[in-house]
Amino acid sequence: MATRIPMSFTINGDRYEMELPPQRTLLELLRDELGLTGTKESCGAGICGACTVLVDGQPVSSCIKMAFQVKGREITTIEGLAPGGQLDPLQEAFVRHGAIQCGYCTPGMIIIAKGLLLQNPYPSEEEIYEAVGSNICRCTGYVKIVEAVRAVARGER
Amino acid sequence: MSPKEELAVIGKPLPKVDAWEKVAGDTRFADDLFLPRMAYAKILRSCHPHALIKRIETSRARALPGVYAVITGADFPPVKFGIMPTSQDEEVLCTEKVRFVGDPVAAVAAVDEETAERATELIDVEYEVLPTIMSIEQALAQEKVRIHEYGDGPNIHKAVSLEFGDVEEAFRQAHLVREDVFYFEGNTHLPMEQHAAVARWGPDGKLTLWSSTQTPHYVHRAMAKVLGLPMSHVRVIATPNGGGFGGKSDPFSHEMVVARFAQLTGRPVKCTLTREEVFYCHRGRHPVLMWVKTGVTKTGEILGMHFRSWLDGGAYGSYGVASTYYTGVLQTSTYKVPVYKFEGMRVFTNKPPCGPKRGHGTPQPRYALECHLDKIAADLGLDPVELRRRQLVDEFSMTANHLTITTCGLGECIDKVVEASGWRDKFRKLPPGRGVGFAASAYITGAGLPIYWNKMPHSGVIVKIDRGGGVTVFCGSTDIGQGSDSVLAYVVAEVLGIAPEDIRVVTGDTDLTPVDLGSYSSRVTIMTGNAAKEAAEKLQGLLFDAAAKKLDVPPSALEARARRIFVRDDPDKGMSFPDAAQLAEAAYGTLAAAGSYTPPMRGGKFKGSGVGPTPAYSYSACVVEVAVDPETGEVRPVEIWIAHDVGRAINPLLVEGQVEGSIYMGLGEALMEEQVFRKGLHKIPSMLEYKSPTTLETPEIRTVLVETLDPEGPFGAKESGQGPLLPVIPAIANAVYDAVGVRVDEVPITPEKVLKGLDLRAQGKEPRVGPERVPAARFPEPIRVPLPGEDSTLEAQATIYRRAIHRREGPRS
Repeated sequence: MATRIPMSFTINGDRYEMELPPQRTLLELLRDELGLTGTKESCGAGICGACTVLVDGQPVSSCIKMAFQVKGREITTIEGLAPGGQLDPLQEAFVRHGAIQCGYCTPGMIIIAKGLLLQNPYPSEEEIYEAVGSNICRCTGYVKIVEAVRAVARGER
Repeated sequence: MSPKEELAVIGKPLPKVDAWEKVAGDTRFADDLFLPRMAYAKILRSCHPHALIKRIETSRARALPGVYAVITGADFPPVKFGIMPTSQDEEVLCTEKVRFVGDPVAAVAAVDEETAERATELIDVEYEVLPTIMSIEQALAQEKVRIHEYGDGPNIHKAVSLEFGDVEEAFRQAHLVREDVFYFEGNTHLPMEQHAAVARWGPDGKLTLWSSTQTPHYVHRAMAKVLGLPMSHVRVIATPNGGGFGGKSDPFSHEMVVARFAQLTGRPVKCTLTREEVFYCHRGRHPVLMWVKTGVTKTGEILGMHFRSWLDGGAYGSYGVASTYYTGVLQTSTYKVPVYKFEGMRVFTNKPPCGPKRGHGTPQPRYALECHLDKIAADLGLDPVELRRRQLVDEFSMTANHLTITTCGLGECIDKVVEASGWRDKFRKLPPGRGVGFAASAYITGAGLPIYWNKMPHSGVIVKIDRGGGVTVFCGSTDIGQGSDSVLAYVVAEVLGIAPEDIRVVTGDTDLTPVDLGSYSSRVTIMTGNAAKEAAEKLQGLLFDAAAKKLDVPPSALEARARRIFVRDDPDKGMSFPDAAQLAEAAYGTLAAAGSYTPPMRGGKFKGSGVGPTPAYSYSACVVEVAVDPETGEVRPVEIWIAHDVGRAINPLLVEGQVEGSIYMGLGEALMEEQVFRKGLHKIPSMLEYKSPTTLETPEIRTVLVETLDPEGPFGAKESGQGPLLPVIPAIANAVYDAVGVRVDEVPITPEKVLKGLDLRAQGKEPRVGPERVPAARFPEPIRVPLPGEDSTLEAQATIYRRAIHRREGPRS
């Protein structure tokens, strides 16, 4: 408890300077310290993708990433996708295509898809399956999630 | 029934009402609640599968800085709880005995989770280890080892036996009598959200519990009982539920623990289970051993069937009595089974308790039966689809075990999937390693009886209209992702002629909302939908009366649509919805109305007749095409076609989602998901090792919705959340046989089993992998129930029509 390391981050465009214990995960930082509860914990082991956030545009499982490992970096969570309430096209597509059931995997799914489209705006069908395949959804059977991502990748707005 | 084109909201692929919050990450699940001064709880769980507790020493844990309180079972009244009235066998924290690895023993509340966790490690528990029972066979063989003292025999929780007609006589008449044995391994729900609960004890001596539960009403009852509080001082709020599938339908230890801690510490207390603990809470799919014997004519018509099931219930009762009946009851509601005998038995074992998982007790027998029929078709040289197609249950009929069938779209479902999949060009015609399989099923649309006996409604809805035209709908139902909040909004919007976005839905709060029994048994759409419709129609009546006076027309001339109330034949003559609301409030006072729904009293008059009756059955038919790799034994589904009779799709987008999700879950159960144990320990209590399908394992899914407009359903709707899972598993098993000639009579169909079957085939032996025998039958003497006569069938039909007329909706022509 005693040791705390000074570190800084840019999260959803806001700059934070703080001292954190070395064992603090990025997920705990977001949820417990900053109240960014849109990012979810599910497996707690870096498998299911519910806790996915973007670090410098790259998808990262925040439950197994230590906060100090991403110090100085730019982090985007689901809350950061809709600045000023203007939903991201992916968020709109998830709504329209019925890609949401319980909604617990949804933030991670949208973020992993965002990561894909940032790196590869015109992904192939396989690349979409591959990207979404790194996250688990127990409700939807993925059909409508893939449809939503495909719609945005094909330019639907 | 209004023709489809007249409906403005029902039947449209609209967004869910909670979709925007969910995509924005703004939905507050239970673990997302942070209250000022909140403490965190952790539960110490048994490390032995079966042991007596000799001593619990908590002083070292209490002494740890940051610990607020430590509790054991002694901190609760000596009261047991459980979801079924006949199986009150759980303690919040075990006092004398632990019955599985994961059974709760003590708990800590502390300043943070880390401290609480550390303190649990400082609790010393002295155990006296007992012999363990880890299988059905052991439970029946080891009579001296007793997990519980109650039940229908040593380690037998429940044993039932029912006979409808003379099954032996039916076998004597049969051209072919076939017996088969199947085993379905247990598996778990694996919801993405771990269970979590937050409790607050107010200075007024009242308790508030927020919990990720599917059944706030039952939690409400259990909390009051265990804590010794009046129900009026307990408020249970079901938070948006991050996946349930049946796994959050029981009252749980952690809910009572946080409540007790809140009382003791005066702080809000939260407990979020770890993923490992979720595997221990379980209540998932029962492992079931099954034996089925069927007599058929030369052309495959079923003359009689005898079905036996043995359920491995795990350590506690949970819903097990209902689960036991469910393994037997729905055999008759898909195909005509004129004579039927069922014997079922649930045993206790030292494993996490089993309970209701999507399909509750019916996917196992459905797998057995559909594979069994596939074998009968092969024996007779008949097409397995044709064999089934010609003996579907009749609409508006009664089964041998006194279940009332209303609408049945199974024939259309079968035709649709046969057509879409190209079945006739594929069955027994694909190259080696490729195959197609077929299966069909029926499922209940809501249990006909409540869990505890009473004559009150199963669902209540209150609708209130604000002066600005805003409408609020209050209902005790719980949205677990299936879209029940949205269904409430769609139904009310349709009746009042407004848009779903004009409606706020308040659900799952025992202080604010009228009782709905919970999100289980596919009951929510039909029951809350009918209740909401009734409430909204009452208000529509007031609005029409007030508007009619103003417009000087009879109320029957009016229509509500597009936020207006207007004269049907002269649409320009009318007024806005808010104007009508203000006129009505001025005339009649505050605009609020309640609606409620009680299912029809159906079922026979015999012990055990309470499980199976429902307002209506949904139907599904499924074809799966698989590719089987003879080198690795891997089964890869290539494409799945499913048609589902949903009665009416209140929102086709959501129904498709339910169907697709059911298929996904069935797929995982068929091929990879299993809850297995070694030396009393769960082998794989993590998401890494408990395999579940990702996009890469999920094939193309083609969904067709069939609508039969059932007179019992709101706008004709039946269920869609569970039924479509049922045919998927046997269809895959049958497809594997078509592909490589191997019968895997044991789920999951793993590569090892397929390879073993291929080896047997290569050796010229019977290419079958599965259980070889069943335990000696020790079922009670059957209750012999007379078959329903022609009269009772007609009476059932008359009842349905009377109800239909009462609702001003006729059945489809």
